[in-house]
Amino acid sequence: MSGIPHDHYEPKTGFEKWLHARLPIVGLAYDTIMIPTPKNLNWMWIWGIVLAFCLVMQIITGVVLAMHYTPHVDLAFASVEHIMRNVNGGYMLRYLHMNGASLFFLAVYMHIFRGLYYGSYKAPREVTWIIGMLIYLAMMATGFMGYVLPWGQMSFWGATVITGLFGAIPFIGEALQTWLLGGPAVDNATLNRFFSLHYLLPFVIAALVAIHIWAFHTTGNSNPSGVEVRRGSKAEVKKDTLPFWPYFVIKDLFALVVILAVFWAVVGFMPNYLGHPDNYIEANPLVTPTHIVPEWYFLPFYAILRAFTSEVWVVQFASFVTAGIVDAKFFGVLAMFGAIAVMALVPWLDTSSARSGRYRPMFKWWFALLVIDFIVLMWLGAMPAEEPYATWSLIASAYWFGYFLVILPLLGVLEKPTAPPATIEEDFDAHYGKNGDADSSASPAE
Amino acid sequence: MFKTLAISAALAISPVAVMAAGGESLVEDFEFSYEGPFGTFDQNQLQRGLQVYTEVCAACHGMKLVPIRSLSDEGGPNMPKDQVRAFAAENFEVFDAELDDFRPAKPVDTFPVSNDVNAPDLSLMAKARAGFHGPYGLGINQMFKGMGGPEYIASLLNGYHDAPECAPEDFDGFYNVAFANGGYPDTCLDEDGYRTVPGSWISMSPPLTDEGVEFSDGNANDVRHMSQDVSAFLMWAAEPKMMARKQAGFVGVLMLTILSVLLYLTNKRIWAPIKGKDND
Repeated sequence: MSGIPHDHYEPKTGFEKWLHARLPIVGLAYDTIMIPTPKNLNWMWIWGIVLAFCLVMQIITGVVLAMHYTPHVDLAFASVEHIMRNVNGGYMLRYLHMNGASLFFLAVYMHIFRGLYYGSYKAPREVTWIIGMLIYLAMMATGFMGYVLPWGQMSFWGATVITGLFGAIPFIGEALQTWLLGGPAVDNATLNRFFSLHYLLPFVIAALVAIHIWAFHTTGNSNPSGVEVRRGSKAEVKKDTLPFWPYFVIKDLFALVVILAVFWAVVGFMPNYLGHPDNYIEANPLVTPTHIVPEWYFLPFYAILRAFTSEVWVVQFASFVTAGIVDAKFFGVLAMFGAIAVMALVPWLDTSSARSGRYRPMFKWWFALLVIDFIVLMWLGAMPAEEPYATWSLIASAYWFGYFLVILPLLGVLEKPTAPPATIEEDFDAHYGKNGDADSSASPAE
Repeated sequence: MFKTLAISAALAISPVAVMAAGGESLVEDFEFSYEGPFGTFDQNQLQRGLQVYTEVCAACHGMKLVPIRSLSDEGGPNMPKDQVRAFAAENFEVFDAELDDFRPAKPVDTFPVSNDVNAPDLSLMAKARAGFHGPYGLGINQMFKGMGGPEYIASLLNGYHDAPECAPEDFDGFYNVAFANGGYPDTCLDEDGYRTVPGSWISMSPPLTDEGVEFSDGNANDVRHMSQDVSAFLMWAAEPKMMARKQAGFVGVLMLTILSVLLYLTNKRIWAPIKGKDND
């Protein structure tokens, strides 16, 4: 499967040979788990394992929750409380699932920004990147529909606002929105289909994850130096890489358990911290909450959605040249999806010859600003739609697009990257020293 | 559609957005025994709170999601089962579809629903309100003080004051400094539309009076104490498994910490020869 030469599985016993000739499944597992992995991977390469764990945890807790949940507008809210009060361990299952979504998104953002900094998206890993973006989109859809299921006030009004976005599409919008909702407004039909899709999409994500892993196992992992593994011979490969098992499995597990300790503390001691109190009020179509705020992980894109009001000249211009077809509402929707689209297109927008941000002196600063921009957008998304937040949202949104559409293409021309190490081995030895001279504080376990 | 919603929402209840400027609702950070990672419910306080709920709140409010039997749960009021049975029969009547009539409540029933359509159900009230916000929408206060639901309830019960002079005398409702989303007279707004006095006008008349409830354990029964008792009780009603959850949290964090130490040592050992730190 891998393009990097390495030792393959050799069936030894009679049964192994018999099975291997019919179904090389052990060989597949062996090649996957023993894949040569660049030995200089740093701690930002652990989020993939965290994400895989989250997917499994969400599916397991979710399947059990579904056994006790009732997708009906009159019963959904009470059935969640039934889980919280009467089902054995139900409160833990529900809080794990609820906060698990937050851990999932935290990990995916760390994973995405790691990719953006180290140029993981660059050739030959564009397909890995695109599949990853599809996973992210599927996660957003799943997260959004899952939030509707408890049928609290935020569930209902969040669903109303977000499905309303589709209504903003010219000509077909209203028909499309009605089709999505299964009726003129968010109601029982909506709740039922959201439940059905919320159960389905995680398995689509699991399939996409398999393809994501297949893709980067074909190209090999990227790494912090941005230098490719030497592939001349197996001996050369061994200088640059280590097998995934046990070196990276144990390292990743260590990181995962540290993160889970924090996660468990949140679930045990402050499970509602990341939620919204209004979702403990049953959905009421007649009472609109004071603020309709999405979950924290949607806030940056929610801020971009709201930033483009009819007072912004770009919006007025777009409206003018399209004879009013692109109004402020539709422009906002386009901007929100565009913000994700530009991120998906980054392999072709980044023109730099250097891969890793570590060797790009100017890029580093623009990237740091992008991270700050993302956090600021997240904060602005939670603020009321009024001044000065509206103007700040516009500036922050402009930077998001500017980074991908202007700065990245220009930097490739303007910036002179510094020299990366010649090989991964060199990069690794520069950190640890071949002769044990780098760090004498660490003593062997014996 | 979205904009219309946002605007109508903002217009309908503009206070919250503008509140920070002048008329913040005043929520006091009451001390409760169950705060923090190791805090536990005080059973006596929960039982007093139940008494206040039954004698005062239940006249209008309901708690339809809380089963009466859970009053005997460990980690809650922990009342003996026969006492719960007697309590249910004495205090509440529920409608039985089979009998097509009302009958005395049993432990398997939930608390009755609200008697008054305007009185919200209190099952989850302590989790459905946030007493603390910010600063600047960052939610950091909530990390240290908690979400503040019970504090909000207690503050509201203590928050009745004489109406400020800016309000017309016949303004509907009762002035309450902790209540955020009630009516508000235009005469109390300044020229920029900002509120000049905290809180708003609530339609519920002051429910508690000093010595309105007589506790058998002789505990103080002024409004301030009773409001805290009933808030603690409502927190339990909203989160009956809190103590079990905290215990699971503690055990889990402990186990994961031990596991992480073991994995740290394993990882270090495995990588030592690779990193040239192997001395043997």
